[in-house]
Amino acid sequence: MSLPLLRVEDLSLTFATDDGFRHVLDRVTFEVHPHEVLGLVGESGSGKTITSLAVMRLLPHSAQVRQGQIWFDGRELLALPEKDMRRLRGSSLAMIFQSPRSALNPLMRIGDQIARAVRTHQRVRGAAARAAAVDLLRHVGVPDAAVRARAYPHQLSGGMAQRALVAIMLACRPRLLIADEPTTGLDVTIQAQIFGLIKDVQAETSATLLLITHDLGVVSEVCQRVAVMYAGQVMEVAPVAELFARACHPYTERLLGSILRVDRSGDLDTTKALSMAGISYETRGCRFANRCPDVMPVCWERRPRPVQVSAGHEVICHKYGGDES
Amino acid sequence: MSEPILRVENLVKHFREGPHTIHAVNGISFEIHPGEAVGLVGESGCGKSTTARCIMQLEKPTAGRILFRGQDLASLTPNGLRSQRRHFQMVFQDAEESLNPRLNVRRTLREPLQLHGLYRGEEQLQQAAERVNLEPEHLDRYRHQLSGGQKQRVGVARAIMTQPPLVVLDEPTSSLDMSLRIHMIAMLRRLQRELDMAYLFISHDLSTVRHLCDRVLVMYLGRIVEMGRTEQVFSAPRHVYTRALLSAIPIPDPSVRRERIVLQGETPSPRWIKPGCGLQDRCPLVADECTRPMPFYALGGGHWAACRLAKPESAERALGVAGSM
Amino acid sequence: MLIVHWRRLVRRRPALVFGLVLVLAFTLVAVLGPSMTAYGPTKTNPRAILEPPSPQFPFGTDKFGRDILTRVVHATRLDLGIAASVALSAFLVGSLIGSLSGYYGGKVDDLMMRVVDVMFAFPAFILAMAITGVLGDSVGNVVIAIATAYVPYFIRLTRSEMLSVRTRQYADAARSVGNPGWRVILIHLIPNALSPALVQVALVFSWAILDAAGLAFLGLGITPPTAEWGVLVSEGAQRIITGEWWVWAFPGTAIVLAAFAFSLIGDGLRDVLAHEERR
Repeated sequence: MSLPLLRVEDLSLTFATDDGFRHVLDRVTFEVHPHEVLGLVGESGSGKTITSLAVMRLLPHSAQVRQGQIWFDGRELLALPEKDMRRLRGSSLAMIFQSPRSALNPLMRIGDQIARAVRTHQRVRGAAARAAAVDLLRHVGVPDAAVRARAYPHQLSGGMAQRALVAIMLACRPRLLIADEPTTGLDVTIQAQIFGLIKDVQAETSATLLLITHDLGVVSEVCQRVAVMYAGQVMEVAPVAELFARACHPYTERLLGSILRVDRSGDLDTTKALSMAGISYETRGCRFANRCPDVMPVCWERRPRPVQVSAGHEVICHKYGGDES
Repeated sequence: MSEPILRVENLVKHFREGPHTIHAVNGISFEIHPGEAVGLVGESGCGKSTTARCIMQLEKPTAGRILFRGQDLASLTPNGLRSQRRHFQMVFQDAEESLNPRLNVRRTLREPLQLHGLYRGEEQLQQAAERVNLEPEHLDRYRHQLSGGQKQRVGVARAIMTQPPLVVLDEPTSSLDMSLRIHMIAMLRRLQRELDMAYLFISHDLSTVRHLCDRVLVMYLGRIVEMGRTEQVFSAPRHVYTRALLSAIPIPDPSVRRERIVLQGETPSPRWIKPGCGLQDRCPLVADECTRPMPFYALGGGHWAACRLAKPESAERALGVAGSM
Repeated sequence: MLIVHWRRLVRRRPALVFGLVLVLAFTLVAVLGPSMTAYGPTKTNPRAILEPPSPQFPFGTDKFGRDILTRVVHATRLDLGIAASVALSAFLVGSLIGSLSGYYGGKVDDLMMRVVDVMFAFPAFILAMAITGVLGDSVGNVVIAIATAYVPYFIRLTRSEMLSVRTRQYADAARSVGNPGWRVILIHLIPNALSPALVQVALVFSWAILDAAGLAFLGLGITPPTAEWGVLVSEGAQRIITGEWWVWAFPGTAIVLAAFAFSLIGDGLRDVLAHEERR
């Protein structure tokens, strides 16, 4: 079993709000292994985006890390000085955001932006860099790459802009790529194209991918392992096939029961779906307690340690033990 | 078969945008019968929202007629139109934006009743709130005090206040989390039965359409490319676009493996329309006849597709999508 | 129209609260003051000419022996009254024109904007001077003159808000629910287009005080012996060299404080409304 490329350990984080502090992350722990695709799954408010921002050390000022460590390739990121972190970003650690057009510089032609990435990360200059940029654009499936390279981001469609970002990623060749809902706002047919592209690029560069998404269909098709988050806590981690076939945590079960499948019709069974009650960030123990069908008194008091249910499959739930006291 | 409650005849809508013309809707025709739920699906730019706005008389059609209960809506006087509006209502796409921030829920719900002389007392408002699973205390809240799901439900409540026989819903679940989506669809189904309403359900999310609609219309570049009973269109899609669209949706089930139909490139700009099928530049199965005006071919049981593959003599008709749904 | 938490307001926006307190104080003086003064505002007293402040004349007396405190108090009522009339009338007229112009657009809107542009070419004070010159000296004319100079501000503000608000989905929703056009404008659009205009009202209050006083100082609009802050300052101006500072200092301070208080309110309102927008 190789050492994980990324290990987030016991990460807890708060946000300053009008009414005090909100504990958005509570002892989040998971690993990403080299060359794999790990899906970080959760609904809105689950903390998945904040976790990725913490890894990149791009948190907003109002966020404060309370405890925890983030290990990347043997180095602890939270303790790293900013200038070392800056060297890591882009070259070892890179992130694709939800809105590709806002990640691109609106005042630079995309060809130039890709060329700049090429110059920074590969030993190429001037015209050779520009040619490499056009090649990359072609590689990511942009038609008329030479012409498109001269376009500004606002002249591109969402799909094209996302491809341009992937081209920049290819130029950077990061060891770990974090993609945060990279197809938000894109049409379904374009989404399929972009995920196909990301999978190809990942295979080609042997990069490790941390994919953040709320779409379990995407997880099923793109990821090898999954970590399920809810309200800032990790609930379950498992290989993909295992999670869908034998989900253990009541949240995961209910989440799967809330899906409307396009390849099946039939009666809507809301009894197996998540209840409509709101998210609570304040519970001391498991934050799913107020919506859990199998809740026990101890669930409100404290969280259990992760329990290994089968190979590579961990659950953090009192139903499966893990309570030492 | 009773008289259709809504009949759209050759609807065309073009917008001027500076020197360009946006060909949003290019001649569509369909009917909705009382009590039935019809889905209008397509990706961004296909013209479905514009169609909805034309039906609701928020835009004037460039050509074509909208007949509500046999009456041409364009022939009504402004007062006549306004009084007819109690019979057809709309749930808007952006739940937040569709609510006036200065009015609380109570006033928002009371208004349709007052405008049409149907207001009898506060019990009507409480009853409406109950119908959409809102608590009485929500009635006194303002838009900024409501969650996303609650805002959406207020939008639905407002639309059903006058018990209209037709409700147009524009992407009512697109901004909701998975767990809220299934509850919303279940609620919409229940309301439809309780109040005997017909729905025109507009969405790019085919999974929700499958679980709510009796019939479905697939739109691309301002034209309907396929229509029929939901079961038929989803399990045996004929038009290449429908097939590509369905195959692009990721299935949350690793045990299901499908063949994906990939469309080249992106949706062309609506600034220019060519004669023939809108998909001709991207279709992997394109032929000469696709560049000429494409009629609808009958596939039996009310299932029609405007594609050469739907012709009875088409050999490729037998080719299904592997792992057909 | 504003949904506000009072306690939080004091904690977060002390400047706004300070402004409100000052304005409240001035208002009390304006309303109750004149009936509580010991002397009449124009009562002369030849034996007490140019006396410095004392227990008998807390603000001193002027060259006619009139009690300055009394005159300042009476002037407060007049000045606040002028400022209120100006702000209110400019707001009402300007907002109505601006809303309609923005909603209906077209040639009328284009024409209106050109008129507004021309008016903006002149500084408000100059415009007010010109109008007062034409109409003649009286309190009413001063109000008309200054209000006219500020109407264009409101027209522009509400028009641009209206342009943005009329395309909102709740306007569509209001129409599709069955509202006739006038109700959509009046009940749904205008209330949501007024926020910047409200901020402007407070600012115009402040500017109107300065303009009225300025006009009076120059001898336009309101003239002696009427007790008005600008008049009082102009009477005191002659005394700067001779050293009777109390003749100009008290009315001058009143002008500054009042204008400052309203502009604090205007700024505070702008912050509060911007914060609300973000919800």
